[in-house]
Amino acid sequence: MPTLIIVAVVLVLLTAFVIGVYNTLIRLRNQVDNSWSQIDVQLKRRHDLIPNLVETAKGYMQHERGTFEAITQARSQAMGAKTVGDASRAEGALGEALSKFMLVVENYPDLKANQNFLSIQEELTSTENKISFARQNYNDQVLFFNNKIQMFPSSIVANTFNFGKRDFFEIENAAEREVPKVNFS
Amino acid sequence: MFELIRANKRNSIILMVAMGACLLLLGYFIGLAFFGPKNGFTGLIIATAVWLVLTLISFSSGDQILLAACKATPVTHDVHPQLFNVVEEMKIAAGLPAMPKIYIINDPAPNAFATGRNPKSASVAVTAGLLGRLNRDELQGVIAHEISHILHRDILFVTLAGIMLGSIVLLSQVFLRSMFYSSMMGSRRRYSAGGRGGGQAQLIMLVIAIIAAILAPIMAYLLYFALSRRREYLADAGAARLTRYPEGLASALEKIANDPAPQLAAVNKVTAPMYIVNPFKKKKAMKLSDLSSTHPPISERVRILRNMTHGASFKDYSDAYSNITKTKTVVPPAALTKEDIALRQASKEAEKKQQLEKQMHQVGDIMRKVNGFIFLTCVCGLKLKVPPNFKSKKVGCPRCKQILDLPDK
Repeated sequence: MPTLIIVAVVLVLLTAFVIGVYNTLIRLRNQVDNSWSQIDVQLKRRHDLIPNLVETAKGYMQHERGTFEAITQARSQAMGAKTVGDASRAEGALGEALSKFMLVVENYPDLKANQNFLSIQEELTSTENKISFARQNYNDQVLFFNNKIQMFPSSIVANTFNFGKRDFFEIENAAEREVPKVNFS
Repeated sequence: MFELIRANKRNSIILMVAMGACLLLLGYFIGLAFFGPKNGFTGLIIATAVWLVLTLISFSSGDQILLAACKATPVTHDVHPQLFNVVEEMKIAAGLPAMPKIYIINDPAPNAFATGRNPKSASVAVTAGLLGRLNRDELQGVIAHEISHILHRDILFVTLAGIMLGSIVLLSQVFLRSMFYSSMMGSRRRYSAGGRGGGQAQLIMLVIAIIAAILAPIMAYLLYFALSRRREYLADAGAARLTRYPEGLASALEKIANDPAPQLAAVNKVTAPMYIVNPFKKKKAMKLSDLSSTHPPISERVRILRNMTHGASFKDYSDAYSNITKTKTVVPPAALTKEDIALRQASKEAEKKQQLEKQMHQVGDIMRKVNGFIFLTCVCGLKLKVPPNFKSKKVGCPRCKQILDLPDK
């Protein structure tokens, strides 16, 4: 009889442990997904800002057709990207095009003084920052999640329920590795 | 991160229990002195009731009361887009569930604080002076410090502990003053007039109560301050981790410390620990400042942040802390896991080479915007600032005499 009680107690404790770990893993995985969507939101925001930027700058920079085309093309490629790999490559190219554009802006003091342009500049700077902070947060969450599913004892539960490792969001393009400095001053 | 939050919660509970004991003891002794030796519990119940009512109020609307006490105004995105963007950047970096509400305090002294119940309903308030004086990286550092307070659940603690402290001070003040006035009026107190032979014991109780009434607030202050200083260090560490750029906060703290503006107008002892930097300007010849100051010395905070040359994790901060202060670390050991977090470079636009005069001009503009002034630019290039109580729909430019239309609110 006593052995039966002991077995029952152990079983109950074990079940409680498994449920606890399972719920933690689910919570962590949701956090990873959520921080991924944050990156997505900011990338979309960047795409939305570019037409405004081009529209405002066009009047001042009539002789820079090539620069505008480069940006517009990079944007449409980034928007059309289907896989994560494609997206990060296209976003890298877009970042490069943007920073080139910013260099050209240096030659147009009138544009730099335009109130409308200044506010777009602030939004764009902030969006670039938000992208890098969202990526930072995503990678933190992924590290935390991966640690949890690889470490004993939670690794047992993770293996049983097929929790797979998540990938870090690395930048493939070397130029993107340095966050594009949106800089008009 | 989670370990740090858990340790912080535990510390909060310990502190609350200690302060609660202070409060109950005080209530008990006052009860003994006021209502006679058998009625100590009446005092206890009154003390508990006072505390309970205040806690309920602070839970339901403590942040609103604090913000109102600091004269903070909620603002929209248009008033200061950069502030909104920086707060959102830090919200994303910290992974907060919701965007904090943003307030501006109409004061030229640079300072900032955060309040609220939990990360879902938090508020960040900054002064107009801070916005005018700091560049983007520095503002980011300050906001990251405040967001760290939110993330570490310090905001609820400061509100609750502040309220507890407030009730202790209130009780002892009411007691001491009633003692003072009744002895001044020369009236014999009813409890000693009973003539039940308990006069001697009553007198002793009275002395104990007076001593308790003097000591309890001091004890509570010391407890409160000890923990709020630790939290400042931890929030600095959190800010470095969020921004990956300790220099931003370091140079912001330096600017705030060396600011020539007079001290914050709407500030008192209870709200002081909330701010990023102690809002009371130093009085000379303060010796007890080490024990009773709510904030660690700024120069030390700056030196610690500048000593973080290897990375931006809690471990790096803790190493820098031990290097500078030669004492044991403030970071709880559970949060010291090895993390590889590289520092980032300064953003190039950071250099705002501006004269103090121009910065003060900007501070004025921000304060006007908060107060609902309308900003117009005339075709001749003159900037008009129209006060909100301006009645007419049109305004004449003082330079080129052109008539301008005012936009509707």
